[in-house]
Amino acid sequence: MSIVELSNVEKHYQNVHALKQLNLSLNQGEILGLFGHNGAGKTTTIKLILGLIKPSAGQVQVFGEDPAGDNAYHLRRQLGFLQENVSFYQQLTGLEVVSYFAKLKGCDKKQCGELLEQVGLSHAAKRRVKTYSKGMRQRLGLAQALLGEPKLLLLDEPTVGLDPIATQDFYQSIAQLKAQGSTVILCSHMLAGVEKYIDRALILGQGKLLAEGSLKQLRQQTDLPVSLHIYGSNITLPKQLQDKATTQDDGIHLQVSPQQKMATLRQIMMLSEVDNIDLHMPSLDDIYMHYMTDFQQKEHR
Amino acid sequence: MQAIFTVANKEFHDGLRNRWVVAISLIFALLATGLAYFGAAASGQAGFTTLSSTLVSLASLAVFIIPLIALMLAYDAVVGEDENGTLLLLMTYPLSRWQLIVGKMLGHWLIMAFSTICGFGLSAIIIAVFSDTTSWSELLGPYSFFIICAILLGWIFIAIAYVISACVSEKSKAAGIALIVWFIFVLMFDLSLLGLLVSTEGNVNAQLFPYLLLLNPTDIFRLLIIGFFADQQLSGFMSIAQYAHFSTPLLFASLVIWFITPVLLAISLFNKRKL
Repeated sequence: MSIVELSNVEKHYQNVHALKQLNLSLNQGEILGLFGHNGAGKTTTIKLILGLIKPSAGQVQVFGEDPAGDNAYHLRRQLGFLQENVSFYQQLTGLEVVSYFAKLKGCDKKQCGELLEQVGLSHAAKRRVKTYSKGMRQRLGLAQALLGEPKLLLLDEPTVGLDPIATQDFYQSIAQLKAQGSTVILCSHMLAGVEKYIDRALILGQGKLLAEGSLKQLRQQTDLPVSLHIYGSNITLPKQLQDKATTQDDGIHLQVSPQQKMATLRQIMMLSEVDNIDLHMPSLDDIYMHYMTDFQQKEHR
Repeated sequence: MQAIFTVANKEFHDGLRNRWVVAISLIFALLATGLAYFGAAASGQAGFTTLSSTLVSLASLAVFIIPLIALMLAYDAVVGEDENGTLLLLMTYPLSRWQLIVGKMLGHWLIMAFSTICGFGLSAIIIAVFSDTTSWSELLGPYSFFIICAILLGWIFIAIAYVISACVSEKSKAAGIALIVWFIFVLMFDLSLLGLLVSTEGNVNAQLFPYLLLLNPTDIFRLLIIGFFADQQLSGFMSIAQYAHFSTPLLFASLVIWFITPVLLAISLFNKRKL
């Protein structure tokens, strides 16, 4: 059974067509990355899945039920949500905030301390949230989202304000949750950190689905070139490579299709003038840029 | 039901923590004790005056201060959570909208009730201990009645604050509207009625005109307190009520209606609020 199922979902706000014919099916244990520019419909999608808003057309199902329906009540116990920019209650301590949310969710109080420990906040548990840094608030939000071992976790910009180590820790705990069978939807602008951890990416543009698939599939679909930077002086490339190359100060920049990568590398390795090679595979960033520019060009036409 | 109490409990503890409870109690205690002791200062004497005159003058001061405190206490109840981002978060919890707003209101009502009882209760004890003219038994009935009415008045304005908070999108706007509402109910309303009387040279329907007072909860509160003490004359502006002879149950019932209406309105507005 799919955990989340969106079929032909449309969402209109007063003047804005926020989502257009979105289809999405998410299986248990999957980590989905949701990407797109500001206003692409990421938050709208998350709100629909949370049952905070109802679709204008189409159907949303979470655990096989309508998240905005009458039965949504018990459904929400299995959800965890962390939104962008939550500042919580400034006057309360971190522990009090988590305890309050635990009570509302009907969780065991013991969990609060453990979760604060897990997100690395136990030293600040008795301090007021007012004194927390942005990263600490983000961790507090994460602890809150993890209350009650949610089966479905929705995280909107979870790593904003986290330092690199905390980001690393964060993605590790996500991987752990996945191992326990949780399903995760992740919204982020920081594509570079995310790509290792997601099973599937969904790219939205102006409420439309631009691309969907695993990183490998997306690489195939886009057929973006592999970039090679070859360091050295007086390099003479074989004839068939010369038209793909641009000469730069410190060497030669070369772009070849992924299929030709190995053959090209072998040829370059034969050249004695070559000092060093940098290899750059198309990253999620590149794929994202590709779809976005593609989309913008179509819009302008 | 559990969820409502969890929210109310948090709200009440916030009130304790922010010193709202202490501040309100102190204001009420000082106000009541001060009025009891210095109430007769205008006639050239200090010392405890009669209970009825104390409570009636306290009532006319309370109609200024209670609505102000109640509005300040609760104007950001909904919009503040929205700006914090916690409103959106709370709505993803197993908690329905009406439970959240009723829980929060309940918490604020408890703050108001608790501080009113503490504040005025303290002043009652002081008066009973130090005044020669007023005994405990005399004090208990009228003071309890006054406290109950004061609590209800506070609750009404808390509910009105929730109506304001549920329909605006910014905290500062809520504060502005709360101030305007206070100004209208506490100052403008009576002045306009008075203006109407003067401009028509008293040529109004004497039967109907007093009923206009029921459109303002602060006036109802004053009439209730004055009416409770038979020896107190309806003086000044309140004297326009003397033609109508409002009974205490009727006045109390109108106050209850004034309470229920904004509560229901706040719930329905909050249900329609966009997240």
